[in-house]
Amino acid sequence: MRRPFLLVLTLFIAVAIVGCGKKKPPIVQPAPPPATASTPQSAAPPPQRVEEPLPVPQQPLSEDAIGNRSLDDLNRDSPLKPALFALDSAELDDMGRATVQANAEILKKYPTWQVTIEGHCDERGTAEYNLALGERRAVAVKTYLVSLGISADRLRTVSYGKEFPFEPAHNEDAWSKNRRGHFVITSK
Amino acid sequence: MMNAQHTGRRLAIIVATVTLALGVVRAQQAQAPAGPAQQPSDLSLVISGDPGTPPRYAVPDFVALSPDAADAAKTVGQVLWDDLNFEREFYLIPRDTYATVPVARSGDQVPFAAWRELGADAVVFGTVQKSGQNLTVQVRLLNVRTRQSVFSKEYLVTNPRLAAHTVSDEIHQQQRALKGVARTKLAFSSDRNKESVAGPIKNRDVKEIYMSDYDGAAPRRITTSRDLNITPVWSPDARAIAYTSYRRTVPDIFVSLIYQGILQNPTKGQGSNFLPIYSPDGTRMAFMSNRDGNPEIYVMNVDGSNVRRVTNHPGGDASPTWSPNGQQLAFTSDRSGAPQIYVVSVDGTNLRRITTSESYADRPTWAPAGLNEIAFAARTPGGFDVKVYDVVTQQTRQLTFGEGTNESPAYSPNGRHLAFTSTRAGRVQIFTMTRDGRDVRQITRDGNNWTPSWSN
Repeated sequence: MRRPFLLVLTLFIAVAIVGCGKKKPPIVQPAPPPATASTPQSAAPPPQRVEEPLPVPQQPLSEDAIGNRSLDDLNRDSPLKPALFALDSAELDDMGRATVQANAEILKKYPTWQVTIEGHCDERGTAEYNLALGERRAVAVKTYLVSLGISADRLRTVSYGKEFPFEPAHNEDAWSKNRRGHFVITSK
Repeated sequence: MMNAQHTGRRLAIIVATVTLALGVVRAQQAQAPAGPAQQPSDLSLVISGDPGTPPRYAVPDFVALSPDAADAAKTVGQVLWDDLNFEREFYLIPRDTYATVPVARSGDQVPFAAWRELGADAVVFGTVQKSGQNLTVQVRLLNVRTRQSVFSKEYLVTNPRLAAHTVSDEIHQQQRALKGVARTKLAFSSDRNKESVAGPIKNRDVKEIYMSDYDGAAPRRITTSRDLNITPVWSPDARAIAYTSYRRTVPDIFVSLIYQGILQNPTKGQGSNFLPIYSPDGTRMAFMSNRDGNPEIYVMNVDGSNVRRVTNHPGGDASPTWSPNGQQLAFTSDRSGAPQIYVVSVDGTNLRRITTSESYADRPTWAPAGLNEIAFAARTPGGFDVKVYDVVTQQTRQLTFGEGTNESPAYSPNGRHLAFTSTRAGRVQIFTMTRDGRDVRQITRDGNNWTPSWSN
């Protein structure tokens, strides 16, 4: 009974180590000059300075206000805009495609980002079928992103049907915002 | 040994009784919720009403034999009245009219004349005694005309509601050969605990799975994952609830064995999996999955083995439900554009569309054996309404008519009632109604409540 747990733990640690390794590429800096002992023996020697180089925080790319933000901050006000859909439709219209294209450019700029595309529906469909419709919306966004050159490995889809409306109101404005392929950045 | 004359007379009485009973049953069916009605096994015990009308029952408070049993005695009487009223087989005389009838303290004191004056054909006399946690509940069903006891039983319980539910089911069985639903349960999804899902995105309320008595009493929370748990369904043995859970972010099917405290995950994270539903024999489960890249219907054994794909179409397929013999599935598909209801054999052959005049139809629910019909939610001008498709006549009848939006119909195990969700009282709540759309009752009142399932 304990073995699967150990296996999972081992995998988890392995993934964590590999993940860390990937995230922070080694920083090449000139080796510090060797310390020289030049003071005479008689005087009390000043304390020896012992230092090793510290990794410096990665420089943001020029004019990069996005790359510095935490995942939560990014998702609270995301640079990846939601692709909106028409009522009962799982097809991206021109506006939806333009949104996904803009998102694809951002994803190309930040090639380490992993993204979950959430499929959402408004409350005017039934709860059960909306789980399928939300799935189809998420898949439509993913398929288009892949066609624009984003690797499918970076994209995951989750359908929420009408379970998590973004706007709680019951009007046309809220409904139009609730029919969406919503982008959540899960890893940078 | 009986002599021939005696036998002949007895036979005549039985024939007369059968004829009378048949007449009553037939008259009943015109106004009762309908459903398979059979003959009670012992007709001499059946209490009838005036010809052509249902028998009139009185259920006064049960007598508390000790002061600490007073609350329980009141509960048993009230719940039994409600339970007996639910099937509409009897006319239940309102309890607030009993004031003129002297209270009997024992079975010998039942004032038959006073009950007769009130129009009662049958009266229940019961007592409750408490000893420690246990309640001893004694019940008699009395024929007011003959002053005979036709049903007499004693129960040892801790829950007075369960005593009432059991008596109701047994009286329906004896008097009407009817499988009552008083001991059945509802499962549903609810946001009543008013928690929010952790994370940076606003307006995400936790939904958990709950169960309650068929009348909404005694709600109990089943899941505690503080995430999204939706679309619960009962196993046919009513010991497990399967549902869609987002506890691992990706939606997947989980099973709670509610009396053992065991959680199972038969689909084991193979893609996203939704909308589980047990086959009538409880050995298999149908569900929707995106594991092949698109929402399709699959069938597997309940332990997750032997997964077979049933549908294969680039459109979305959802909401599977089993035919009573376990050989067909009805499901929703948007392959023609808007979602419509289809029927298919479990091996994927014999596909046909059954809704042809709806603009949008979902959540098919096949009625239990004996009623070859499928309830579903259809889009109507105000939102959705519950309709029923008769598989034999291919006719559709409508049960709700635009009072709020009405979705997610689920049959009671005897086929005489449907649970469904409605916004008619404001938020999304669970209601029940009879098979012909009457006698609508609100079951939930706390938070929002969705996707009911009715246990056997």
